[in-house]
Amino acid sequence: MMNIDSYTHVRGESVYLDDIPLVNGTLFASVFDSPVAHGKIKSLDIDAAMKMPGVVRIFTAADIPGENQIGGIIADEELLASTHVHFCGMPVALVVATSDEAAKAAVKKIKIEIDPLPVITDPREAKEKNELIIPPRTFQLGDTTAAWTQCDYIIEGSTATNGQEHLYIETQGAYAVPQENSAIRIYSSTQGPTQVQRTTARVLNIPMNFIEVDTTRLGGGFGGKEDQASAWGAMCALAAWHLKKPVKYSLHRMEDMRMTGKRHPYSSDFKIGLNKDYKIVAYEVTFFQNAGAAADLSPAVMERTLFHCTNSYFIPNVKATAYSCKTNLPPNTAFRGFGGPQGMFVIEAAIAEAAAALNVSPILIQQKNLLKTGDEFPYGQIAQSEANECWDKAVNLYDLQKLQQEVDAYNNNNKLSKKGLALMPICFGISFTKTLMNQARALVHVYTDGSVGVSTAGVEMGQGLNTKILQVAASIFSINPERIKVNTTNTYRVANTSPTAASASSDLNGKATEIACVAILQRLKEVAAEEFTADISSIEVKEDCVFVNGKQTDWSWNKLVQAAFVKRVSLSEHAHYAPPGIWFDTTKEKGHPFTYHVYGTAITTVTIDCLRGIYEVDSVKIVHDFGKSMNPIIDIGQCEGALVQGIGWMTMEEMLYDKEGKLKSNALSTYKVPDIYSVPKEITIHFLETEKENLAIFRSKAVGEPPLMYGIGAYFALFNAIKAFNPAANIPYDAPMTPEKVLMSLYPQTLKENK
Amino acid sequence: MIRFILNEKTIATELPPGMVMLDFIRYQQHLTGTKIGCREGDCGACTILVGELVNDEIHYQSMTSCLMPIGNAAGKHIVSIEGINFKDQLNPIQQAMADEGATQCGFCTPGFVMSLAGYCLSKGEFDQGTAIASIDGNICRCTGYKPIERAAGKMATILKERNGEDEIAFVTRKKILPDYFTGIKNRLLEMNTAARGRSVPDPAGLKARPHIMGGGTDLYVQHHETMSSADIHFVFDHPELNGIHKEGNKCILGSSVTVSDLKRSPIINDAFPGFQQVAKLISSTPIRNMATIAGNFINASPIGDFTIFFLALDAQLILTDGITTRELPLRKLYKGYKTLDKRPEEQIEKIWFETPGKDSYFHFEKVSKRTHLDIASVNTAIHLKLNGNTIEQASLSAGGVGPVPMYLQKTSDFLKGKEISDALIGDSVEIMKTEISPISDARGSKEYKTLLLAQLIKAHFMERRLLSS
Repeated sequence: MMNIDSYTHVRGESVYLDDIPLVNGTLFASVFDSPVAHGKIKSLDIDAAMKMPGVVRIFTAADIPGENQIGGIIADEELLASTHVHFCGMPVALVVATSDEAAKAAVKKIKIEIDPLPVITDPREAKEKNELIIPPRTFQLGDTTAAWTQCDYIIEGSTATNGQEHLYIETQGAYAVPQENSAIRIYSSTQGPTQVQRTTARVLNIPMNFIEVDTTRLGGGFGGKEDQASAWGAMCALAAWHLKKPVKYSLHRMEDMRMTGKRHPYSSDFKIGLNKDYKIVAYEVTFFQNAGAAADLSPAVMERTLFHCTNSYFIPNVKATAYSCKTNLPPNTAFRGFGGPQGMFVIEAAIAEAAAALNVSPILIQQKNLLKTGDEFPYGQIAQSEANECWDKAVNLYDLQKLQQEVDAYNNNNKLSKKGLALMPICFGISFTKTLMNQARALVHVYTDGSVGVSTAGVEMGQGLNTKILQVAASIFSINPERIKVNTTNTYRVANTSPTAASASSDLNGKATEIACVAILQRLKEVAAEEFTADISSIEVKEDCVFVNGKQTDWSWNKLVQAAFVKRVSLSEHAHYAPPGIWFDTTKEKGHPFTYHVYGTAITTVTIDCLRGIYEVDSVKIVHDFGKSMNPIIDIGQCEGALVQGIGWMTMEEMLYDKEGKLKSNALSTYKVPDIYSVPKEITIHFLETEKENLAIFRSKAVGEPPLMYGIGAYFALFNAIKAFNPAANIPYDAPMTPEKVLMSLYPQTLKENK
Repeated sequence: MIRFILNEKTIATELPPGMVMLDFIRYQQHLTGTKIGCREGDCGACTILVGELVNDEIHYQSMTSCLMPIGNAAGKHIVSIEGINFKDQLNPIQQAMADEGATQCGFCTPGFVMSLAGYCLSKGEFDQGTAIASIDGNICRCTGYKPIERAAGKMATILKERNGEDEIAFVTRKKILPDYFTGIKNRLLEMNTAARGRSVPDPAGLKARPHIMGGGTDLYVQHHETMSSADIHFVFDHPELNGIHKEGNKCILGSSVTVSDLKRSPIINDAFPGFQQVAKLISSTPIRNMATIAGNFINASPIGDFTIFFLALDAQLILTDGITTRELPLRKLYKGYKTLDKRPEEQIEKIWFETPGKDSYFHFEKVSKRTHLDIASVNTAIHLKLNGNTIEQASLSAGGVGPVPMYLQKTSDFLKGKEISDALIGDSVEIMKTEISPISDARGSKEYKTLLLAQLIKAHFMERRLLSS
């Protein structure tokens, strides 16, 4: 089934935040944000701005009736800076005017004096100065200290991965419309409607039941609107609450880029030990996460880095420590993969470094250490592994040996053009690692005309969630999908939602929908059983008709629904789902945090132009563990899209802050995401379909995040291509591998002479 | 009063001519299918079609509405996504996008559909390559492009059936675009005939207007907040400033000639056999349809692609203030970072250069973080007159290595009269290093830019096998 939004999408008729018809009298907001990364506010002068035409009011921290606080995990982030600023782009004041242009013009007239304080942008420096968001955490398996003695080879090194701008094409925004009794309706481009509701309640000091957050869909989220959409919702609500007027704020791209956090940059140290059989015996890793100026979701992101520090490999002795380091950058936040990719990059770098030292192919080390069912993860969960299945399938299906020979032959025949090949296995745990977040609800109404409305806790952002929800309802009821409408995500209809994140939303919301539909169907069957004086077990609803003992009756779905209504049987159900069996004990750092894992293997081939340092990705050939895909079009789309986003992170997407903490890559002209010419020329995806039981909806495994990590393969393929040109190249494990880094690695000698 | 047709509707508006079409469409006409992604022409979410009469024939091009002033819409047909929708059915572009799963979050989708609609109205060849080229200015963050490539390919297949049929006739017959398109030409002819009676171009009026606007692709990126209400002299559609022609060896460009005009010009393609490849490296289809060569010069970016291209050709500028004109070599235009040898009231009227002869070799190189739709880290052009293996004359230019687009005088002089050899290239690179002063910025470190320019100089010679290794 194609995405149910396709029709309105291709006609430009889908409604996003900025498309909502405005209520008469709507005012427009714009933020004045800190020009300095760290300092004490000496004075804030809004007089000139207030005199600008169209300006209605300018709000500062002093205007907040409740708590000036938006921190979710830790209360360490102000909505509007009161006495200190902690990053360039930190909101200080909110201008409200009669037009967007007037608001923006007035923002330029605000003057601020700040006594500067020292600026930290480097996580290692923050760690040295003990600027940590939370105390460090360590995951341990076996005993690394004892294990080093059993190692024949021990290799150490350091790595860095840069951040990544989400670059959802729809920027952040919110629109708050006051209701009677000081209630507020907020239209928000958010992955977490409840988060917006909770934050606004806190800021305005009003109960959550007075705040209705409604989200139709997002023009992309990727984690960037999980926690960081809340500030804009709360700001618009603050202004609307004071002024009793609707207030809208749809951010300009440059406001969005400089004020919001991104994927966390990491700096890491590793030590890896192998025996003569290339088995990894021990692995120690220390992660320095660049959290930015406030906690945001950093502690949870850091935790997932630890969960995924050994990727798809079994290592008997592991010690992984992570520091969440506080710097003067915008608070970094969720981004597809959520710390997992950063952890996986380090183990892949460690394997590459070990392979170079041992003069073997990294593929050999990778293959020898793949997880098997029954192996223990460093956090105690026992693997149900598909790692070898995916790897072997990829090696055989795509004929790795031939691919490698082709690369070698090409490199022998070409002097100024080199190819590189790398394998990237993945293993990604599904569930929020904070167990309590793994719950969802669905509200299903069957109307008297037989049509069905479904509301869930999940937000549609292009991932096809609503399509899968509709498939679930259509499948349980066995009715024409056209009878079903999936409605907006609304905190008045479905309460206390977890954000749409962690790849888990189809599972959680799909299962809640399934439970609700099953309950309604059961009641409908009871009605039919009574009518046909048959046992309920003999009643079936199939393709809009009622069947008794396998025989079609003259009762249609509509007739059944009407009969139930006449008999005063409830046609609505609100259902709750919480996956069983998951837990995690943070005091021991052990447990069973994931409902299941997703596996896969990608083979990436690249070509470098060794004259210019530019490159192309020739192909990425993937075997991916989909479980039993309930929607192959959507799942392939997620897989391809995540892969390309991962390649972007590893290649051209270069986030640049200067030493003063100012974002240099602050627009689409300076921050480049993949365009149509830069994606792999060929992407092949083979479905590893398994019939094994799992906790996924209809056994169709979560697919949002895991394939992003195939992109790491592009980095190592480029790494190998550089080595083919210059075997002596000393390539730092420092992603992204921009054309600059490629050229510098190809010609280190020339570079030295230039200095 | 600005008059144009938006979709089916005739518009007559007194709104400031500097207002961008995107805001007009979304916030004045409340047509919300055209999306705001970046407001700097880098994402394509706001792509529209602009149809204009050229020799009484209608010619459609895609443009980014975020950079297009409504002042540049006068007498034209503006098409937003609402203008290509059929009631209750999808057109083949939309159907292909939906069938292939080419839309996920949907926010970029109208832009892709509009670019493909522009493709359906274009005159060129139809194959997978040209189909992809038509959407080279559209960024999608969700799909990874593969399904979009397939949808575009389907359109190329459909368009192959056109076989010389009139574009409008074909797309309406095939229900790719609505029937009202067939009546637009006459409506525009009527509108423009009436307009000719109303306005007389007033070159002397130039002095009164502080801003001269060509395609808007740089002005709106740099000054989008002030331009909407600015007093602007629009030159984009000035008939005297259009056109590419040749007088002997001299090629003369009007100042409102766009990159796409160059791409289409037989004169240019004849003079520069690799020109299509050069153009592919420079911005994107909608931007090329708007960006003028003169605007590229005056913007004075140290990295302007066409500035570098024409510096190596020793292009000459004809500047006018409406009363007096003067000729200035492009090489003398730049006095310092964004400082020009040009009075505010002067504008470029014409650009001319001598086309490279048969004994000449011209080549352009550009490297950027992303190969396409990106600003160069370093770009460079070379123009050599050769006698066998001897360089009789050399002109080498480079961008991104100094405060202005640079003509590398010393390196050029050094190359003159010498035999091409590995050693010569090596020596010329050393001289180049004494001429440039790159800085470290978002486009790369100064060390990288120096190394890269050296490599690109080698590439100049290797590309035509003037040098072997």
